[in-house]
Amino acid sequence: MKKVYLYKGYERFWHWSQSVLVFILIVTGFEIHSSYSLIGFENAVRIHNITAWTFLVLTVFTIFWDFTTDEWKQYIPTSKNLKAQISFYLSGIFKNAPHPAGKTISSKLNPLQRLVYLGIKVFVFPVMFLTGFLYYFFHYPVQGIELSSLEVIAVLHTRGAFAVVAFIIVHLYLITTGRTVTSNLKAMVTGWEEIEEHETKHIEEEIMAETKTLIRNAGEKSGRRKLRKAKEAVAEIV
Amino acid sequence: MKKLVIFFLAIFLPLFVITLLADQEEEEEADQKKQEIKLVNYIRKANRNTREIVDHSKFEVLKGHFENAHKVTEACLGCHTERHIEIMESPHWKWERNEVIEGKGVITLGKKNTLNNFCIGISGSEATCTRCHIGYGWKDKSFDFNEPTNIDCLVCHDQTGTYEKEKGAAGYPKENVNLNYVAKNVGSPGRENCGVCHFWGGGGNNVKHGDLEKAMIDCSREIDVHMATEGEDMSCIECHRTENHNITGKLYALSSENKNRVTCEQCHTEKPHGDDILDDHICRVACQTCHIPYYAKANATKMIWDWSTAGKLDGDGHPKHENDADGNHKYMSIKGTFIWDDHVVPEYYWFNGLADHQLIDEKIESIPVQMNSLDGKYMDKGLCRKTSTPSKIWPVKVHRGKQIWDPVNKTLVQPKLWDKEEGQGTYWNDFDWGLAAEKGMDYLELPYSGEYDFVETEMYWPLNHQVAPKEQSLKCNDCHTRHNGRLESLGDFYLPGRDHKAGVEIFGIFLIAASIIGVMIHTVCRIISGKKCKLNNYTKN
Repeated sequence: MKKVYLYKGYERFWHWSQSVLVFILIVTGFEIHSSYSLIGFENAVRIHNITAWTFLVLTVFTIFWDFTTDEWKQYIPTSKNLKAQISFYLSGIFKNAPHPAGKTISSKLNPLQRLVYLGIKVFVFPVMFLTGFLYYFFHYPVQGIELSSLEVIAVLHTRGAFAVVAFIIVHLYLITTGRTVTSNLKAMVTGWEEIEEHETKHIEEEIMAETKTLIRNAGEKSGRRKLRKAKEAVAEIV
Repeated sequence: MKKLVIFFLAIFLPLFVITLLADQEEEEEADQKKQEIKLVNYIRKANRNTREIVDHSKFEVLKGHFENAHKVTEACLGCHTERHIEIMESPHWKWERNEVIEGKGVITLGKKNTLNNFCIGISGSEATCTRCHIGYGWKDKSFDFNEPTNIDCLVCHDQTGTYEKEKGAAGYPKENVNLNYVAKNVGSPGRENCGVCHFWGGGGNNVKHGDLEKAMIDCSREIDVHMATEGEDMSCIECHRTENHNITGKLYALSSENKNRVTCEQCHTEKPHGDDILDDHICRVACQTCHIPYYAKANATKMIWDWSTAGKLDGDGHPKHENDADGNHKYMSIKGTFIWDDHVVPEYYWFNGLADHQLIDEKIESIPVQMNSLDGKYMDKGLCRKTSTPSKIWPVKVHRGKQIWDPVNKTLVQPKLWDKEEGQGTYWNDFDWGLAAEKGMDYLELPYSGEYDFVETEMYWPLNHQVAPKEQSLKCNDCHTRHNGRLESLGDFYLPGRDHKAGVEIFGIFLIAASIIGVMIHTVCRIISGKKCKLNNYTKN
C-alpha cells in the first residue's frame, strides 16, 4: 500500500467550492420553484443569483485551468474498461473484485466517471448557465430581444436541477465504493490516495516520463505555447 | 501554473466575499435611500410655496351683489378672459370626448351618452345628474354648451367649503349659498372641490371607484400614503397636473385611449426600488399592483348592484330603504339590492391602456355584458405590442350588476329615472320599468321593442389611489406562490414560483426516487454479500 498525491490543491479547492455552490443553488433554486419555503422567496432569489455568478466564474476558470494543465484529458471519454466498470458496480463489487480501471495520475477517473463528468461539464452546466442567463436577463424585453415565454426556459432549468440532484445522490453514494468506505473522501480532502502496490508501478513510470519530458523541454518555448493554446480554447468557449 | 492558481484564488475568494458583503451593503444603502425616496418633478410639502398670489376679496368687481350664479361667472370671465374657451373644450364641460376604439373608429364617449352599471345613464334625468356638471342649467337636450356664463367656476374653485349645488336643480347652487362670499374666496381646487363629485359619484360615498372617497379629505398614511394629512398631504392636482384647464388623468370607465394619463413614474421614475429585479417588474406589472394591496380601506364600496329587485314598496305604497349591518344601503325600492365590501382584494388583469365600451346602440354579443373591457394579455409585448408599452398586470375593481335591457333588440336600455314630479313615467317616481324604458329610449330616439328584462353586467375600474405605505405593499410570495396567490387566475403565462409543469415534476421526482432506491438496493446487496463486500472489509480493518 502506497500513498500517492493524486488531487492537486486547486483541484480540491475547485471540487469543494463547487459542491458548496451547487448545494446553495439547489436549495435556493427549489425554493424559487416553490417546492418548499425556507428563507423566503426574495432572499432565495438574491442568493441564487449571486451564487450563480460565482459559480460561473469558478467554472470558467476551472475549464481554463483544465486546459493549461492538460487536466482536460482526464475527461476524454473511453470505451476501454467501460463495460468492465459497469459490471464491477453491478456484480464485482459484491465479490470484492478489484476496481477494473486502476487510478493513475494521468487517468484519475474511471471510464464511467469520464463519461458522466464530461456530460455535466459540456452539457448540464452549460444548459443551466444558458437558461439561467436567459431567465435573468430576457424575461423582460432588453433592447428589443425577449422570450415569448419563460416556460421553455423554466422547464429546462428545472429539469437540469432535478438531474443535478439525482447526480449528487448517486455521487455521494459512490464515494463509499473506494478501496475502503472513506478512502475516496479522504483523497478528495487531502489529495493523497492510498493505492495498491502493483498499481503504483504505473504511476512511477508516469512520473518518470513526465520528468524526462520536462527536462528535455526546459528552455523551449513550448510551455508558453501550451498556455496560449489553452487561452484560445477558453476564449472560444466563453 | 501554481502562480496562476494562487493569483486566481487571490482574486476569486475575496471577490466572492466582497460580492456577498457588497450586496448586503447595497441593501443597507438601498434602505437608507428608501428613507429618502427618489423623486423627480415634485416639490416636497416642506418646500411648497403656499402663499396666495392673488387676494380676490380686493377686486371691486367681486364686491357687488350677485343676482344669480351666471353673474359670478361673468365677473370671473371679466378678468380671466378666454378661460371659458379652455373650459368649454374640456370633458368636464362636455361630458364627452372623442376617443378611438379599436374596430369602432372615433367614438364620442362620455357621461353624456355612455351607460354604466350603477345609475345607468343621465339621459332623460339630466337635471339630477348634472348636479355634478361644472355648469348651470343642463336640464335636458336644450342646454346651451356654447354660453360662457353657463360655466360654474365656483364648484371647483371655492375655498370656503360653503358652496353647494342643489339637488335636482340642473347644477344651480342652493338658495342659501352666499355667492359674494364664495366669489371673494376662490383659489386652486382642493380635495373637497374634486371630491364632491369624484368621491360621491353613483349616488353615495365611494359607490363607484372604491379608491376615492370622503375619508381621503383627511386621512392617515395607511389609507393613502400620498394624501396623508400628516405626510405629504398632496391634493388631487399635485398628480393630476393641469394646464389651461386640461386636467391630466382619466378613468377607463369612460375612455379608451392610452393618452393624457397620470403615472407614478412622473415623480417616482422608472427605477424607484434600488433593486434591479424589482425595477424590472415595472415592465409587466403596474406599480399599482403591488402598492395598492387593498382598496376601500376606510369606507365600503359597492361591489354588486342588482336593479332587478327594485320596485318593492312598503304596506303604504311608499318606497323602502334598508341598510346592512355596517349602515350601507342594502335595499332601495328605487334602485334594487346592493352588496358592499371594504378592504377589498383587487382582481388582476392584463391592461395596455386601451379599453372598449358597450355602446347604447350596440348589439350585445355575450353575457355578462362587458360595460367596458380592458384590453391586454401576456403576449401583448415586444414586437407584438399594441401600444408604446407592453400590457401590464393591473389591480381592478370589478363592479357587477344586473340591469334593464331589451332582449329582443339585444341592446342596453336607458330608462328614464328621475323627474321632479310623479306621473311622468320615471322609474323613481312611478316604479314602472316598461314605461320608464319607453320614455328613456324615446328621449334618445333609439329603438325599443317594448320588452324588457334584466341582464348581468360587469364594469372594470382600474385602481390608482389609496396607495399603501411601502411596508404594506405586496411581497414576492403574494404572487410567486403555488396556491392562493394574487395572480392565481391570471393563467396565460408562466410565473416562477406559481407554475410548474406536472410532467417535469414527475420526471424529477422519478429521477430522485430512482437514484435513492438504486443506492439503497446497492447498499443492501453490499451488506448481504457479507465478507466478500468491501464494506465489511473496511469494518474489519
